[in-house]
Amino acid sequence: MSEVVLQVFRGTTREQGELKEYRVPYVEGMVVLDALHYIQANYDGDLAVRWNCKAAKCGSCSAEVNGKPRLTCKTRIDSLPKDEPIRVYPMRAFPLIKDLVTDVSWNYEAKKRIPPFTPDKNTDWIMFQEDIDRLQEFRKCIECFLCQNVCHILRDHGRKDAFFGPRLMIKIAELEMHPKDILDRTEFLRKEAGVGFCNITKCCTEVCPEGIHITDNGIIPLKERVVDRYFDPVMWIFRKISGRK
Amino acid sequence: MANTTTEGPLTLRRDAWWVAPLLTVIVLTAFGIYATWRALEGRYYEVGPYLSPFYSPLILVDWWKFSPAILILWAPLGFRVTCYYYRKAYYRSFFWSPPACAVRGLKSRQGKYTGETRFPYILQNVHRYFFYAATVVLAFLWYDAFKAFFFEDGFGVGVGSIVLLVNAALLTMYSVSCHSCRHLVGGKLDIFSSCPTRYRLWRWVSALNEHHMFWAWISLFGVALADLYVRLVATGTIIDVRLI
Ligand code: SF4
Ligand code: SF4
Ligand code: FES
Ligand code: FES
Repeated sequence: MSEVVLQVFRGTTREQGELKEYRVPYVEGMVVLDALHYIQANYDGDLAVRWNCKAAKCGSCSAEVNGKPRLTCKTRIDSLPKDEPIRVYPMRAFPLIKDLVTDVSWNYEAKKRIPPFTPDKNTDWIMFQEDIDRLQEFRKCIECFLCQNVCHILRDHGRKDAFFGPRLMIKIAELEMHPKDILDRTEFLRKEAGVGFCNITKCCTEVCPEGIHITDNGIIPLKERVVDRYFDPVMWIFRKISGRK
Repeated sequence: MANTTTEGPLTLRRDAWWVAPLLTVIVLTAFGIYATWRALEGRYYEVGPYLSPFYSPLILVDWWKFSPAILILWAPLGFRVTCYYYRKAYYRSFFWSPPACAVRGLKSRQGKYTGETRFPYILQNVHRYFFYAATVVLAFLWYDAFKAFFFEDGFGVGVGSIVLLVNAALLTMYSVSCHSCRHLVGGKLDIFSSCPTRYRLWRWVSALNEHHMFWAWISLFGVALADLYVRLVATGTIIDVRLI
């Protein structure tokens, strides 16, 4: 392979934008973002691409490569089919700004609505590793929003009004499972964040570049906590008798 | 929201995303047909010391005119239908909600989707009760597996004894790896260090839970094959080989 053919989405609206074809010299080990940079440097300087680290750590370069949500800096050209052009589209769940750049600000706005970490006034701050292992998995999140993009509730059903999406579900899980947090977000989780909307079809987990088990370790345990509170009569009676939350 | 789109092609993916949902439809439909037929058949479920798992515990009462399997099958059936893994499997393959990642479902009802917040899907929240019920049934299956080693002439091992034992073991792995079980043994705690035993249990269940999908399928095949084996022996189609 001496040359790679890319078809990159160009435009400021999805209706009028279209794929434009480019030929880029192949270099061993190159990733899709390298090819996009080559296009910027040599053909179209105005190609809009968001990126920062080129090391799969800043979460900026999210796009859809051959229809799959990916980090372009983590997608090696040699991992893609060689006999067809590589198609690069912007993320579909967010408003398009230009070319491959979308407006992901909704994620930050929704995040602000999550009740923040709330420790007890007299917390002693000694924590054990076994208590924070779970949270550390969630802390690996780089906020690439690929999971938000692929989640059908946001992507296909447009329910940003009712469901916070997988990224924010694990943010809530991180707070809820924190050994030093005393706030109870169960009602918030059910009503405002809409955990019940998730039908655990696991696409978020499939696309997460950090390999976070979003559904198994985050969303399902949260759903179970909601069941404890709202759907389990035995737990309800137990709480009444023991006076515990 | 302007500039996000739910129109256009079903997907921009070009790989064979449809293979997994198609396989799921084929296998689950085949199992559904077989299990329904066997549950309604109402005979060939017992032979020698062997009892088919579809009919265990065997409840024979005068007032029930139909197959005894119906009296108990609701428990394992409800357990599987509300299982977090099977939910994923059938939401994707049967309901196309979504059929695969980054593939649009056929019906993209902008702003109308309610997921598991409304009837009937809100009932999925009773999964842990089916877990309890299925655990009771499982205890009977272990009893059946134990009984399968005691023939008319005393202790022995037939192929059927092994089949029923393996079946009970696979179903146990499926049950123990359940997400509700994981939550109940320790997942609900925020401070593991104050409950070391529950923490250890949770770690153990979590390790199995990672492979819950595997246990879900293998135990499904296991239970169907165990029933088929009993039926084939009961109808005289094959002879149960005594190993000991
Ligand atoms: S598992 Fe839930 S949150 Fe994750 S993509 Fe599917 S519906 Fe969205
Ligand atoms: S959870 Fe994974 S996919 Fe979602 S934003 Fe974080 S790193 Fe990206
Ligand atoms: S450029 Fe930072 S994650 Fe890709
Ligand atoms: S049996 Fe699958 S999650 Fe409970």
